[in-house]
Amino acid sequence: MRNPLADEVIKIKPSGIRKFFDIVSEMKDAISLGVGEPDFDTPWHIRDEGIYSLEKGKTHYTSNAGLIELREEICRYLHRRFHVDYDPKKETLITVGGSEAIDIGLRAMLNPGEEVLIPQPSYVSYEPCTILAGGKPVIINLKAENEFRLTAQEVLDAVTEKTKLLILPFPNNPTGAIMEQADLEAVAKVCIEKDIYVMSDEIYAELTYKEQHVSIASLPRMKERTLLINGFSKSHAMTGWRLGYVCGPAAIIEQMTKIHQFAIMCAPTMSQHAAVDAMKNGDADVEMMREAYDQRRRFLLNAFREMGLECFEPYGAFYVFPCIKEFGMTSDEFANRFLQEEKVAVVPGTAFGDSGEGFLRISYAYSIEKLEVAMGKLEHFITKLRAEKQS
Amino acid sequence: MNMREKILTMIEKNSKIGVKEISVMLGEEELAVANELKAMEEEGVICGYHTLIDWEKTSIEKVSALIEVRVTPQRGQGFDNIAERIYNYPEVNAVYLISGGYDLLVTLEGKSLKEVSSFVSQKLSTLETVLSTATHFILKKYKDHGTVLCKKYEDERELITP
Repeated sequence: MRNPLADEVIKIKPSGIRKFFDIVSEMKDAISLGVGEPDFDTPWHIRDEGIYSLEKGKTHYTSNAGLIELREEICRYLHRRFHVDYDPKKETLITVGGSEAIDIGLRAMLNPGEEVLIPQPSYVSYEPCTILAGGKPVIINLKAENEFRLTAQEVLDAVTEKTKLLILPFPNNPTGAIMEQADLEAVAKVCIEKDIYVMSDEIYAELTYKEQHVSIASLPRMKERTLLINGFSKSHAMTGWRLGYVCGPAAIIEQMTKIHQFAIMCAPTMSQHAAVDAMKNGDADVEMMREAYDQRRRFLLNAFREMGLECFEPYGAFYVFPCIKEFGMTSDEFANRFLQEEKVAVVPGTAFGDSGEGFLRISYAYSIEKLEVAMGKLEHFITKLRAEKQS
Repeated sequence: MNMREKILTMIEKNSKIGVKEISVMLGEEELAVANELKAMEEEGVICGYHTLIDWEKTSIEKVSALIEVRVTPQRGQGFDNIAERIYNYPEVNAVYLISGGYDLLVTLEGKSLKEVSSFVSQKLSTLETVLSTATHFILKKYKDHGTVLCKKYEDERELITP
């Protein structure tokens, strides 16, 4: 029989997280700080709208691009929160999570061999999706001394004639890094000079703890070369509803809608109805959750400071990214031993790219009580490691 | 929200939380938080630090009731005088002045049905300004003080996700 599989697919490495997941799920009483989704359930009024839509029999396809009412609400929201203006009819597409938008955005934009700049550490899907779309990933290794922000120089150094697109994953998973207005302006200047498009993954836009998030699409001359990706998963604790959206130039959205139409048809109808309510009445919930995350973030940073663990102050998402280089082991070794000896699961930084070596991703999408227990165990563990090193 | 509101939101959910923890989580000085708490206690903004107990899960028998009370307001006193007569009874948990079909809502806790009924018939109804009462016994508490009592929170999430 001949090989049923595509060579390109086989070549793609499975997510580094998967391997770790298998070990953790064997352990019954492990505490996990490894989750990349909110601990809050979806606010009840949003769930209620989903249920109500089912009761009313709204169980059919919507238009390919999604309910026009939802697209209008999204455009109003983006204007209200991030001062960017999009046309709900031609520049907005509802997708199955932000993940689908990443995938079809790359497929709509890349010709074979065109290069995509991917800053890492970052979310696991940019690189494989680029390869599957026929593009060539060019990794930019972000640096701890820049607090894992992307600099204009780093973009310049990576640009070639084949560079088509820059992925901008901020606020960042796994580092918690953000890009402030001045950082973005410097990068935008390079993108305009070198004629590069930007795919800005702003799924954590509502979760910033310094100044309000700035979208690169709001900078002058950037809207025409930016795909803005966002969704409901993190901001409104709606991960399981699988609902995201992408806004951008009509010509790109039109082609993305074509792929979406053939691959997906439309995003789940129930989720879309619930999301209309999230956009209309959800601001207070977002605010409440942001405040809770911020309190936990301060709690963790203080715990690290007290145990002398090095960590830059991250101002976004719900992750901290402490440095474990002082212990002279790899992220993988640290995470494995921490799991075996203290039964706490954290994700090695290397799961998000080679430049995550020497770091751990710790999620604070957990109750303070749980974080308190886990920090006690972390302190116990690193005290032991330091003692080992001494002897 | 200002610091005061943030502190109140935190301790409303968890009165056990310490000054140091509050100050860390809000990014404020410990002394500033301590002073704010003290000020709020003195101003009567904070009236107590209570514990939410699900007595159903203990061996102690308790009966709770809500009583609607219609009264005749007194000249110059309004409802305050009669409310005081009622809230002075230690078995009374809460007394609210209510808009609508009746005047005062009294919540009550007793050891048994009999104890509650005898309080209503002998003490409450016999007050001269009380016109009528209607007693509702509580059969089950699903949620109290914003906390769901009948179901334990379980983390439904996968252990590790990207």
